[in-house]
Amino acid sequence: MAAKPIAGSIVQARGIHKHFGALHVLKGVDLLLAERELVFVIGPSGSGKSTLLRCLNRLEEPSSGSVMVDGVDMLDARTDINHARQRIGMVFQSFNLYPHMTALGNVTLALRKVAGKTRNEADTLGHAALARVGLADRAGHTPGQLSGGQQQRVAIARAIALEPRVMLFDEPTSSLDPELVGSVLGVMRDLRESGMAMIVVSHEMGFARNAADRVVFMDEGAIVEEGTPAEIFERPVQERTRAFIGQIQRH
Amino acid sequence: MNSWERFVDAFFNVKVMAKYLPDIAYGMLVTVELAALVIAAGLVTGLALALVRSLGFRPLNLLIIFVVDLFRALPPLVIIVFIYFGLPAVDIAPSGFVSTWLSLTLVLMAFSEEIYWAGITSIAKGQWEAARSTGLSYGQTLMHVVLPQALRLTIPPLTNRTIAITKGTALGTVVAVSEILGMASSAVSNSYNPSPLTMGAIAYLILFFPMVIFGRWLETKMAWKR
Ligand SMILES: Nc1ncnc2c1ncn2[C@@H]1O[C@H](COP(=O)(O)OP(=O)(O)OP(=O)(O)O)[C@@H](O)[C@H]1O
Ligand SMILES: [Mg+2]
Repeated sequence: MAAKPIAGSIVQARGIHKHFGALHVLKGVDLLLAERELVFVIGPSGSGKSTLLRCLNRLEEPSSGSVMVDGVDMLDARTDINHARQRIGMVFQSFNLYPHMTALGNVTLALRKVAGKTRNEADTLGHAALARVGLADRAGHTPGQLSGGQQQRVAIARAIALEPRVMLFDEPTSSLDPELVGSVLGVMRDLRESGMAMIVVSHEMGFARNAADRVVFMDEGAIVEEGTPAEIFERPVQERTRAFIGQIQRH
Repeated sequence: MNSWERFVDAFFNVKVMAKYLPDIAYGMLVTVELAALVIAAGLVTGLALALVRSLGFRPLNLLIIFVVDLFRALPPLVIIVFIYFGLPAVDIAPSGFVSTWLSLTLVLMAFSEEIYWAGITSIAKGQWEAARSTGLSYGQTLMHVVLPQALRLTIPPLTNRTIAITKGTALGTVVAVSEILGMASSAVSNSYNPSPLTMGAIAYLILFFPMVIFGRWLETKMAWKR
């Protein structure tokens, strides 16, 4: 049962439930993302943050609920899921670059195979995307020849080259050495300034304070509390939010 | 004749060798032909089975696993004899060449399927997810992302297994295939001298030694890159 799209909202997830066998991982999550909005998702390990993101582009099949992205019903059997996924960029904690291809090859594969570009068109777009993440001079390098931060930026280029309407980030800096985190956050900030709608799961509270419009706190498969960064970080209302914020600020 | 001369006369009799050289050369040709057909058909059907298996259709996969295990368990000679002497009972009478080819192909198919399958499943789930998240279909992901990486991993074990099974072409001699061993044996019985067997052994070395070296080289080369 698909809800009508709300004008101006790019992602509209309603009543998302997800079961893994007996495990009830998402318990009726509602999430709206407006155009140009950046929503930051925090929560303890195992609270279902990754699963929620993965339900949005259907890497994971929600057990029930509805997901509309850019006006397209993602769960409708008639939706061409491969086409729809081009509108939703995803960046993973472990980069997941294709190790047998160059940076440019990584970025252009879907442009050629999904978006139907010729090799020349794809190369042009690919170089432009790599330039946007500051890696114009690394197009011919393979992932093994790049630092973690550079690899993650290639992964971002791979996603944005398809001109998505929304970008999902699942702990994009969690597996990076501290000195490499800044370059990736910098690219994300640029992306946000260009007006990209984003959902970011991360522990980078500094980034959230600066860049997030809204912070969502999840626990045990449900959204416990949401608000502006100031509201969630300085004056959380719920006891569980307060405990979690207190815990991460001690670190 | 002292015993050294008798040894040389038995295994390195130049006159006999010269006489049967064309026969052994012909046997080499047949062996190469048989081997090439086994390698081509075995490796292709093995890959096809592994790809079908990756679709994850359970009843089909159980069937594939059964067939693969069957041909991994049976001695190749048993399969050859079964096809050559057994099938005529149902009015199919494949030649010795076809029987040998079919048997070794089935065995190579079975072993290579397992190797391909291990390669495919060893590719991290994240590769699939990244590719699918950009809109690549299942088939495109397999073709452009997973297989190129998986095949790379499979080359060394695949080479070794291919050599081992291809050497089984010598079994064709049991069903009258005129490959190296077959030609050498009949030369021995015609000349009452075992020298043709020496030539046969040398012929096998000429064919398979380079393959073994190549396999060893591939293995070290792949081991460095990780
Ligand atoms: N494919 C799966 N099969 C079974 N259980 C799963 C699967 N994926 C996730 N889970 C379980 O679902 C729960 C939520 O996992 P999820 O990865 O969404 O949490 P998370 O909030 O992203 O945690 P983290 O901060 O550790 O990344 C966990 O208990 C996890 O073990
Ligand atoms: Mg997670």
